[in-house]
Amino acid sequence: MTTFVNLTLAGLSSGAVYAALGLSLVIIYRATRVVNFAQPALALISAYIAYSVTKGTGSYWLGFAAAIVVGTLLGLAVERLLIRPLRDAGELSAIIATLGLLLVLQAVSGMIWSNEPHAFSYAFDFRGRFSAADLFAVLAVVVTAAGVLLLFKFTSLGLRMRAAAFNPEVARLLGVRVGVMLTIGWGLASAVGSLAGMLAVPPFISPTTLDEVFVFALTAAVLGGLDNPLGTIIGGLALGIGLSYVSGLLGPELVPLAALAILVSVLAVRPAGLFGRATARRV
Amino acid sequence: MLNKLPPVVVHLLAAVGALVLLVLLTFATDPFTNLRIATVGYYLIAVAGLALLTGFNGQVSLGHGAFMFIGAYTVALLVKRVPAFPIWADLLLATVAGGVAGLLAGAAAARLRGPYLAGATLALAVGLPAVTQRFPELLAGSNGLSFTVNSQPAGLVGTIPSTRWQAWIVWLAVLLALVVLANLARGKLGRTLRAVRDDEVAASLAGVHVGRTKILAFLVSSACGGLAGGLQAFLLGTAAPGSFTVALSLSLLAALVLGGLGSLWGALWGAIALVYFQVWTDDLAEVLSLRSDISDNLPLALYGVVLIVIVLAFPAGIQGGLRKLWVRVRRPAPSQRGEL
Amino acid sequence: MLEIEGVTAHYGLVRALSDVSLKVEEGSITAILGANGAGKTTLLRVISGLVRAGSGRVTAFGRDITAMPTDAIARFGVAHVPEGGGVIPELTVEENLRLGALWRSDRADRAKALDEVLELFPPLVPRRGKPAGTLSGGERQMLAIGRGLMGRPRLLLLDEPSLGLAPLVAARIMAVLRDLRADTGLTVLLVEQNARSALSISDHGFVLGLGEVVASDDAATLLADDQLRHAYLGF
Repeated sequence: MTTFVNLTLAGLSSGAVYAALGLSLVIIYRATRVVNFAQPALALISAYIAYSVTKGTGSYWLGFAAAIVVGTLLGLAVERLLIRPLRDAGELSAIIATLGLLLVLQAVSGMIWSNEPHAFSYAFDFRGRFSAADLFAVLAVVVTAAGVLLLFKFTSLGLRMRAAAFNPEVARLLGVRVGVMLTIGWGLASAVGSLAGMLAVPPFISPTTLDEVFVFALTAAVLGGLDNPLGTIIGGLALGIGLSYVSGLLGPELVPLAALAILVSVLAVRPAGLFGRATARRV
Repeated sequence: MLNKLPPVVVHLLAAVGALVLLVLLTFATDPFTNLRIATVGYYLIAVAGLALLTGFNGQVSLGHGAFMFIGAYTVALLVKRVPAFPIWADLLLATVAGGVAGLLAGAAAARLRGPYLAGATLALAVGLPAVTQRFPELLAGSNGLSFTVNSQPAGLVGTIPSTRWQAWIVWLAVLLALVVLANLARGKLGRTLRAVRDDEVAASLAGVHVGRTKILAFLVSSACGGLAGGLQAFLLGTAAPGSFTVALSLSLLAALVLGGLGSLWGALWGAIALVYFQVWTDDLAEVLSLRSDISDNLPLALYGVVLIVIVLAFPAGIQGGLRKLWVRVRRPAPSQRGEL
Repeated sequence: MLEIEGVTAHYGLVRALSDVSLKVEEGSITAILGANGAGKTTLLRVISGLVRAGSGRVTAFGRDITAMPTDAIARFGVAHVPEGGGVIPELTVEENLRLGALWRSDRADRAKALDEVLELFPPLVPRRGKPAGTLSGGERQMLAIGRGLMGRPRLLLLDEPSLGLAPLVAARIMAVLRDLRADTGLTVLLVEQNARSALSISDHGFVLGLGEVVASDDAATLLADDQLRHAYLGF
């Protein structure tokens, strides 16, 4: 019995991280119909910056704040400089561009901070079955997710961002500065992604630390339906718990393949994800 | 005259010609370069397979490295466990193993599209090499499997340096596979692949079995990947999970995009780029006395930059650029402004 | 007041508008008529900035808006209700309406505008919180026009507002437009294939044929001109 409780709690805190990173992917997908394959790299660089700031100042929270700020700025820059020019170029181009960015940023972080893993601290005490660090992770993600959902649902900014995402042409006709909305969307998404990175990276940071997490986050986003933030959060938590069981019962090495199996089986039955909206194809 | 012969014959003749040229090249160059020539060979078949899947058929695969992993470990296991098998049998089985894996992957992925497919194949690339940790007795964990292959017939040992011989074996296999690939690409399958890429609904209305086509594309492409991995293992004498990271799959994609997405010739340019970027960055690192952190990561950074630049400025890649040049050389450019 | 001078526009190699010039008086309802493909929609899209004119000039209320970005033109007081309405189905009726006025800073005025629009189109009231995708065609058109009015525009561009609507609903929309003009002095540019219905509420009409202005006259005259009607307006 206790094994299951342990596994569930562990799954909950890792699921929170998948949910957060997945949420950042979904925000961008809704806004620009692009899956940002570079998201883990943006989160990685933010975390590395936090590492350096913490090392230099001795303060974890200063590093944390730096990560969020850097992440946001990077997201804004990427949308403006890389994604905007490719707006009309087709889906494959955006995928390739973000993959290229992923390679560059991962390589650059290896160049600056070396490929060797560095120790990276948790926000709080990480010992125990469901530690303070775990609790912080879950709370931080829940609060952030709630904040994002409230932003979208109840503020004029959120309404404009949604309109810009759903129908940019009509939004323009209604006076919405669509370009600005898209950029803000990317900035917001990257901020959320950087939070997820800060939660996912400990105990060690290296250029490939976030690869696995990204796969799980993408799985969570797809499971929840790529345009459904709430679905992604639920999907992330559920996936975290499910994979925790796989890890405990079948071995941690099989977890990525288990995620793949889950992804493929869910999409086979519901191609738009569990909560996604299947758009009818215009013939 | 060449136009009158059936394409198969043309391709075979071209392959024979290429093989002859390559053999001559290996005689003219040192063992180091022979090794590089061989490396270009197996990268070529890997990228060519990806060209068929992603370029011709439009299925974005970020997991091609996983099929190379399968091929490499197949060869390694066979050489260690069944030494009686000749190397060509091992390579054939590596190809088959890759193909079977591709069949399964293609079937699972048949209904996935665009970013969903990319994500699923990424999961494969991340997840499959981790299997070596799960079964360490069989697959030797992160150290990988090491072995020696004596592929030269007894009479030739000592007369030809092993790197040269290996380069010949690699290119023989690669050129054979390329002939098959070129025929498939040129013929009905090639057209069907492209039809499905351009518009699935239209293709299906025209009578094409879309699901079957997509699975077939995966099968062929991953068989090429398996062969490539097998050849790599043959060449290096090892198979280790560290060689088959996500970065490998992304580098293969970068090579394809650089060379030219929808073309087999593009695969050649991409493969050459893959090998020589590594060589140049190594040389640069030595000249500038760069730390290993920088020199190790330089090729990857370069591939990333290449991808971004290509997609922003030269979407058709090297082959596209060459084609434009060729057209301009053959006849002057027609007037751009359409007269209405 | 809207003035279009010598505007030419292309879609790729196809010329959609050829040297079109026309003037719209402030406070009038002007109809743009013509067969399918005559360039009516393109004309509206050039005015609102969705399509860049290849040559020529568009002046609205004394400002040259030819090269202004679309969202700036909207904030300048030009509301374009595109063909089909352009309602965003994933947002609720109220969210669609609010969207029309978000760029205005006066929150109280925005709330007032919402009430006014709902008064104009009572069928929208019970569906206020529902996703716009659940509305019928007529309700969507009302929503689209209402949304356009939320920003208190000076110029309203309407692209085929009665398309696909039951005659009763179309008539009601036309009545609303006429009353609006009377009450607020709103300038309306109305693109319609249903020429009779459009001319019935318009002061002036322009007829487009193959991207060119082939006739310009006051509405009554156009209605009475049998030859023109047969040739370009289909009745």
